[in-house]
Amino acid sequence: MLLAILPELLLLTLAVILLVVEPFWKVEDRRKAGWLTFGGLLATMAISLLFGRPGDPQAVFGGMLRFDWFGFFFKMIFIFGAAATSLFMMDHEKLGRRGESYLLLLATTMGMGLMASSADLVMLYLAIETTSIPLYVLAGFMLDDKASTEAGFKYLLFGALTSAVMLYGFSLLFGFTGTTDLYKLADNLGPDRNMSLMVFGVIFLLLVGLGFKVSAVPFHFWAPDVYQGAPTPVAGFLSTASKAAGFAVLLRLFIEVFPGFADWTTILAVLAAITMTVGNLLALPQTNIKRLLAYSSIAHAGYAMIGLVAFSDLGAASVIFYLVAYVATNLLAFGIVMAFSRIAGSDEIKDYAGLSRRAPWLGIAMLVAFLSLAGMPPFGGFVAKVIVFAAAVQNPALIWLVIVGILNSIVGVYYYLNVLKYVYLYRMDGENEEAHPIALTRPYTIALLVLGFAVILLGTAFGPWFDWSTLGALNLF
Amino acid sequence: MVPLSWYLIFAAGLFSLGLFGVLARRNAVAILLGVELMLNAVNINLAAFWRYGTITNMAGQVFAIIVFAVAAAEVAVGLALVISVYRRHNTVVADEIDMLKW
Repeated sequence: MLLAILPELLLLTLAVILLVVEPFWKVEDRRKAGWLTFGGLLATMAISLLFGRPGDPQAVFGGMLRFDWFGFFFKMIFIFGAAATSLFMMDHEKLGRRGESYLLLLATTMGMGLMASSADLVMLYLAIETTSIPLYVLAGFMLDDKASTEAGFKYLLFGALTSAVMLYGFSLLFGFTGTTDLYKLADNLGPDRNMSLMVFGVIFLLLVGLGFKVSAVPFHFWAPDVYQGAPTPVAGFLSTASKAAGFAVLLRLFIEVFPGFADWTTILAVLAAITMTVGNLLALPQTNIKRLLAYSSIAHAGYAMIGLVAFSDLGAASVIFYLVAYVATNLLAFGIVMAFSRIAGSDEIKDYAGLSRRAPWLGIAMLVAFLSLAGMPPFGGFVAKVIVFAAAVQNPALIWLVIVGILNSIVGVYYYLNVLKYVYLYRMDGENEEAHPIALTRPYTIALLVLGFAVILLGTAFGPWFDWSTLGALNLF
Repeated sequence: MVPLSWYLIFAAGLFSLGLFGVLARRNAVAILLGVELMLNAVNINLAAFWRYGTITNMAGQVFAIIVFAVAAAEVAVGLALVISVYRRHNTVVADEIDMLKW
């Protein structure tokens, strides 16, 4: 039974070790906490993969959690994201030497793992808050920075409001069915179709909370402000792992609890179309790269939702694959932004002029990340988009959504290539780029290399990854 | 016994009041108070559903207790963030904390 929470237990152990060890280090040595976190996360991943693999889905802890491939696969995504983030945090001047920041990262990763595997409304709520509360603190971590405190504050207000609305939905769901077990909810809701109006209301309430987590329009207002203000590694983590956690809950909740109320797919299809369009159109005029990535991440939430709307095992598998590709790609993009702004001190797109001459390897990493975000072969983003669209076209009623998606990808290509135009075609003022190199420290080099290879691997040798996604998705049906 | 619907209507009213508070108040502390009202409405719902449903099914009560605990944690973090914002921006009025936009 403990095997079901093996990754969480290891994360907890790592957090305790970090808490005990870190105060004994000298302040200038505390950057080591990042290596400790990174190594610990890798070890957690390795041990879980070796010993903690699930078999047939089983309910554990009195039905609170479900031990299956779906949850396990998501946990590995979160731990991977946290490992990359811990490397990015090390050379951040405000986060790098503070043990608390790594501790909060581990706490939120633990919460995400529980989110992906919880099978009970009580557990689900607890897991969502375990994820959110450390993230509020991390977003507002730079106490002497006006933008960061504001980001943390806004994130908290939006998060508290939307989670309260979602909780109201949970309470009604409990009232209608008399159970909090996700796997019994469907049976208790099932035959009585008179309830459908009430269930519709509940679906709306749940969508407020989960829409906030995945930053779907119209609950996306926080994303650009928070990404811009929060420390960049945290923004990268928010836009990847936190969004993936939201999708894990969306998938399990909607597919397990409301299978008989298939109308929710219509609501989500409209929401997906609006999310893609608004995200992409608002990304066009952005001049700050973090805001651009924020709007692009909103658009990507829309693409991933297409797979959910398809409501099939291929659809669910395509969402998981999309999230894997998206997490790797977006972490790479945020890593580059961090590495650049550390030296250049700016997040403005126009300051990226001449980057390909200042740091050729960083330029290539940027090419990989942005072409993958735009959905170009041979990178992960391309395969992910193809699978998502393929899942949707199987249902003739969704062809309009695929067309909207493809049109949106074209809009996306424009603003991603616009950034690459600055990187590759424009020169710095004075045209002496060689005098302003962008030096990479070791953590950045490791993280960017691994993420870059992951993006290319996902786009070329995608077979095994897709098989694993399917394995996870089949647990839902 | 008072019918269940009274409790539900009361909870819905409380929830709407809280939501109105969150959307209409400008002071950050008042916004947090609004969120607390919404969470209390949830608790009333849960307790009422538990009492009028299967009494032996403790899920409703357990849920309500967990909501208390989480609400306390959320408010603690919330007030801490409000203080940190006040130190930097010298205001807790949400409209005036508008450095980040567009």
